[in-house]
Amino acid sequence: MSEPAKGISRADVSHLAGLARIDLSEAELDHFAAELPAILEHVAVVQQAAGDDVEAMSHPVPVNNVFREDVVVPCLTPEEALAGAPASDQQRFLVPKILGED
Amino acid sequence: MTDLTKLSAADLAGKLARKEVSSVEATQAQLDRIAAVDGDVHAFLHVDAEGALATAADIDARRAAGEGLHGLAGVPIAVKDIVATKGMPTTCGSKILDGWIPPYDATITQRIKAAGLPILGKTNMDEFAMGSSTEHSAYGPTRNPWDRDRIPGGSGGGSAAAVAAFEAALAIGTDTGGSIRQPGALTGTVGVKPTYGGISRYGLVALASSLDQAGPVTRTVLDAALLHELMGGHDPMDSTSIDAPAPLVVSAARRADVKGLKIGIVKELGGEGFQAGVSARFHEAVELLTSAGAEVVEVSLPSLEYALAAYYLVMPSEASSNLARFDAMRYGVRVPPAGADDPSAEQVMASSRDAGFGDEVKRRIIVGTYALSSGYYDAYYGSAQKVRTLLARDFASAFEQVDVLVSPTSPTTAWPLGAKLDDPLSMYLQDVATIPANLAGIPGISLPVGLAEEDGLPVGLQFLAPQQADDRLYNAGAALEKLLEDKWGGPMLAQAPDLEVVR
Repeated sequence: MSEPAKGISRADVSHLAGLARIDLSEAELDHFAAELPAILEHVAVVQQAAGDDVEAMSHPVPVNNVFREDVVVPCLTPEEALAGAPASDQQRFLVPKILGED
Repeated sequence: MTDLTKLSAADLAGKLARKEVSSVEATQAQLDRIAAVDGDVHAFLHVDAEGALATAADIDARRAAGEGLHGLAGVPIAVKDIVATKGMPTTCGSKILDGWIPPYDATITQRIKAAGLPILGKTNMDEFAMGSSTEHSAYGPTRNPWDRDRIPGGSGGGSAAAVAAFEAALAIGTDTGGSIRQPGALTGTVGVKPTYGGISRYGLVALASSLDQAGPVTRTVLDAALLHELMGGHDPMDSTSIDAPAPLVVSAARRADVKGLKIGIVKELGGEGFQAGVSARFHEAVELLTSAGAEVVEVSLPSLEYALAAYYLVMPSEASSNLARFDAMRYGVRVPPAGADDPSAEQVMASSRDAGFGDEVKRRIIVGTYALSSGYYDAYYGSAQKVRTLLARDFASAFEQVDVLVSPTSPTTAWPLGAKLDDPLSMYLQDVATIPANLAGIPGISLPVGLAEEDGLPVGLQFLAPQQADDRLYNAGAALEKLLEDKWGGPMLAQAPDLEVVR
């Protein structure tokens, strides 16, 4: 097993998985904690590439706000929109309780 | 009797227009071929025989009635499973979308349907297009038609293998870091990543929105141009779609003349790390171009050193954000946590995402979440975005000297199934030649240039051009294709194993 690189530990991976809403198993946490340091070390070279004078490029083609005419166009029916839902009720998405009970 | 599955799309379209064959015959021939070979190749996740034949019959009837039809009307096509197809499953190679039937069509699906191309089915891919081998599909790998113990490349291994195995003459792919071009190289087929914004992204399952681009997967350069033209052009449903006249790719593919064309060999994409047989076929192809009147020089793109690292930050960052939509609430699979009595939405979300996403997808979401988290954002995501600026400048200065750039598409030929599965970093390194085009938004084409001497497997060459100069790729690609086929006495795929006999 490689040593975790500076900046990412098993606890960090667990925290990140929580942020990403993925309930990783203990085995998955072990696996990623062992593997991610090498990947992060590899990608960290980008920090040496450019100084403060270089602008960040978020998009390959410059895009400004794109608008269309404010007119009604055909869209999905409620039935179509709900067709793929795991659960629905009275033309609404049915979801588990939003708040935890503690 | 001509084997209809061996025809190019352009030749089949000609026979259809002259009423020498019907679309039903051509579509049935492809479906028979799929039935015969796809058990081994596994290029398709879903085959829609009934729908394809219905479209074919409709086109035949309309043609018989004298209706004016699109040039490719009646030519069957395979569609990567990342493209929304109304009424037909779209899984994106993931369990989290198992059973999802989109309620709408992607713009490119609409254009294909409007032109009357029968859709044969949906092709296999790495889950959410994350991978370079198609082994990360939740539905099992696709096998390379040249050697079924090897990977077909990825993420679009299904589309490339379908075309290489003569299951379809046309397929749609998407290319975020090489997912059209690298499978093209590894299966001996043609693949084009158009200029970013050249083909609508509306209705594609988003991986990395600033990199994703759909494009054609075919056996000939002209076929790629015909499909590119059909799919391309402005789409108001995609706000990043380019609102300008589309490059004239079909006439460029027909021109096929490199006399006086200035070609730059990318110095950094060769030598160490590139398989000997790949380099040999690449340099022979460049010599052929020189003999046909092209002017070849070497150019340097110094920032390429950082491109792969930048890509493997930008892509996971955007993917981690895009994949947040898979929340088990509105569509997709919902898997409640085991043992929880009355789980909250958040718990259901987390357990569904753990059950529904595969290993590579989780890996990239975690990396992306890390790169975007407070305190690391500037060092990782911000720095990666600066590399894009540097790379774009490098390309701009290279294209002041030359018309197109050229490199091998992939540093190696197809590797054995499983060989890189336990080493994600070595898999990532395979994308070194293809990702720069995505970072800079420029177009690229891969086409076959022969078989590597040491393993007898296909080698691909890549041309790159400036944004919106996709036509240059088709001109240069078609010229090289002709030079090579004259030398070989026919297309390279004529040398591929006959799958039905082997079976």
